[in-house]
Amino acid sequence: MTADRPPVRQNDAPPLIVATDVVKSFGPTPALRGASLSVAAGEIVAVMGPSGSGKSTLLHCLAGILVPDSGAVWLGDRRIDTMGEAERSALRRERFGFVFQSGQLVPELTAEENVALPLLLGGVRRSAALGDARAWLERLDLVGLEERRSGELSGGQAQRVALARALVGRPQVVFADEPTGSLDSLSGEHVMELLVAASRNEGTTVVLVTHDARVAAFAEREVVVRDGTVGAQLHQATRS
Amino acid sequence: MSLVPVTLLGLLEREPSHGYDLKRDYDVLFGRGRPLPFGQVYATLARLARDGKVVAGPSEPGAGPDRKRYAITDEGVAEVEAWLAEPVEPEPHLQTVLFAKVTLALVLGRPAERYLDAQRSAHLQRMRGLTEMRRTGSVVDALLADYGLFHLEADLRWIDITAARLQPLSEEVRG
Repeated sequence: MTADRPPVRQNDAPPLIVATDVVKSFGPTPALRGASLSVAAGEIVAVMGPSGSGKSTLLHCLAGILVPDSGAVWLGDRRIDTMGEAERSALRRERFGFVFQSGQLVPELTAEENVALPLLLGGVRRSAALGDARAWLERLDLVGLEERRSGELSGGQAQRVALARALVGRPQVVFADEPTGSLDSLSGEHVMELLVAASRNEGTTVVLVTHDARVAAFAEREVVVRDGTVGAQLHQATRS
Repeated sequence: MSLVPVTLLGLLEREPSHGYDLKRDYDVLFGRGRPLPFGQVYATLARLARDGKVVAGPSEPGAGPDRKRYAITDEGVAEVEAWLAEPVEPEPHLQTVLFAKVTLALVLGRPAERYLDAQRSAHLQRMRGLTEMRRTGSVVDALLADYGLFHLEADLRWIDITAARLQPLSEEVRG
């Protein structure tokens, strides 16, 4: 595909993320077979589908972690899939936040240092970065745990620290891949409530991969990935 | 015993009460947007009195259609206790509309997967409503929303596994 603008439907606000006909294989194994998806700015979208359907691969392509074999991925009017690694890396650091299932905190760092990390990598002074980190820890109900290392946190606390780290740089988009997958259901719901509240307050777009319908119900819309393509999108809730 | 009489009885076990107060408490705890009509409250109390589960005191001065204070009897307390202790019949739902739709679609060679997708989407839409109720409501709201969410989740698991089995299902029902 050689278009120099993302496709936009008539009478629609321009979407923030657009993927068109994305194909991605790992060796001989096709993961995405022409997946297309459009996400509006500020929208919270759940990507569902059976194991092996390609939903995580789609998220990685949208986030510029993987480069599609063909097709196009846009962020606003910037085409991601044709960028070089350095440019994609800068984009990920500056515009995106990431939350994965588990094991993402740096064990040698304290909770507040983990949260401050993206800011420090972006060149923010240490005192300012730690100040922002502490503010986010407070917003995510983690006051008193600033000095703890990941081994001293419960699974739910560690995941909230990871969420704070994803949000601290005020990203345009948070990509969350099974963010509650390793948590019990109450801790998972707490993480989701905080993610949704932060997204609504900040206007952050969220792309959430989950196989859990209770988690997907926190999103405003769901899409189903099956056999490497995105199925029909039938309902869109209005934001309250 | 159906739900309204036994819950009114239960509220009377807490303390004797007027019909108006019973209705208000019922609506707060159990009504969930479907308030109990006054007529049903008084008709139910009259039946419970006839059956010896409650006794009505004399009419008291004041406004309102019925100023009687109702009190539960020992028989009424036994009824509440028996109702609480009796497990609800687990419903296997073996003849569900969803099952019939999928089977009929396959028999007719229609796109069962599309119907399942539409159903999944409708279920998730309902779950979003319940999740919002859970997120913004009281603990009682959350408890009720959870009940709905877990049941809808069970349906969704069935929908997903059915979608994954459509090919062999189709071969079986079409012979």
